[in-house]
Amino acid sequence: MTAMTDVAFLLLTFFILTAQFKSQDAASIETPSSISGIKVPDKDIMTIALGKDGKVYFGVDSQQDRITMLDNVAAIKGITFTDKEKKDFSLMSNFGVPINQLKAYLDLPDDQKAKVKQPGIPTDSTGAAVTNELKDWVFNSRKANNGLRIALKGDNLAKFPEFKNVLATLQAQNINKFNLITGTEAPPAGWKAD
Amino acid sequence: MAEINTGGGGGKNKGGKVRSKKASTRIDMTPMVDLGFLLITFFILATTLSKPSSMTLNVPDKTLKEETEPIKASNVMTVFLGDNNKAYYIFGKAANEDPKLETVGYGYEFRKAIQDNARKVPADKFVVVIKPTKVSNYKNMVDVLDEMAITKTKRYALVDALTPDEEKLLKDKAKLQI
Repeated sequence: MTAMTDVAFLLLTFFILTAQFKSQDAASIETPSSISGIKVPDKDIMTIALGKDGKVYFGVDSQQDRITMLDNVAAIKGITFTDKEKKDFSLMSNFGVPINQLKAYLDLPDDQKAKVKQPGIPTDSTGAAVTNELKDWVFNSRKANNGLRIALKGDNLAKFPEFKNVLATLQAQNINKFNLITGTEAPPAGWKAD
Repeated sequence: MAEINTGGGGGKNKGGKVRSKKASTRIDMTPMVDLGFLLITFFILATTLSKPSSMTLNVPDKTLKEETEPIKASNVMTVFLGDNNKAYYIFGKAANEDPKLETVGYGYEFRKAIQDNARKVPADKFVVVIKPTKVSNYKNMVDVLDEMAITKTKRYALVDALTPDEEKLLKDKAKLQI
């Protein structure tokens, strides 16, 4: 039993030290896989997720940036958030709620938030329309932290036109370089990177 | 386990001397081990071990108008992404020149088609134009971009608009609802 206990605690130590917690995302997204071996950066990253039903979710990694971003967007849209709402917002790793419903959503008790189906952030095909809220979030998150890199995380089944809307939104802001988050798969036998 | 064997409580000495009974130094470790395993289970379930990878995508700047040389249709392979995980391609001819529309699945078939076509033209002239249609999905697009990386095709473009000729071609020959 001593040996087993030793191994058990060794494993425990290992898992505690390497733990990176799964974040509670607004929607589960199954990404396609690619042979690209570039790892996604851990910090300073904004993630635009595209669900299989075409809904767009937005998230920034740092809690401080989330609050600054929310403040900026709220100032533009003429909405004020209470401190508690801001705090609740900063705890969400990503969200897919239009700005005019955000306040009501943040006021819900925690157990009900998970049950609500988030409608997704509105986008459009030109990327510059007034109704396009993704552009506001992207713009203001970059205002909050200029070093943010952009990652797109699309679901296998998301249709191309929806991806095109996200692409158009980014291009309208002159963002022409971003990362597509994919799973990892082995390259074909004998393949070597240049 | 982690005990110090003290030889138990007072032995029976011949002299009849009665020693006080020593308390055992054995500790029951079962609860600690239980907790250990509980924590291990928790951490195993809560961690993400395989980190996702990412592929970089660069798109041309829309605000810059660069004068570029037109590309000869004979060097271009145009790939259309259709529904039901099917891709269609034309090679060597523009859409209005009645080209042969080939149908391929993703993966090996597609890779072979690219490699075969790439061999037919000078290496630095070969261009792949990727045109996802609105019935295609995101996975198809990533698969094709990944094929570009696998076949080491240097010159490729992701174009989202179909020309009227191409639309007609796909409707007539591939029966796509676009």
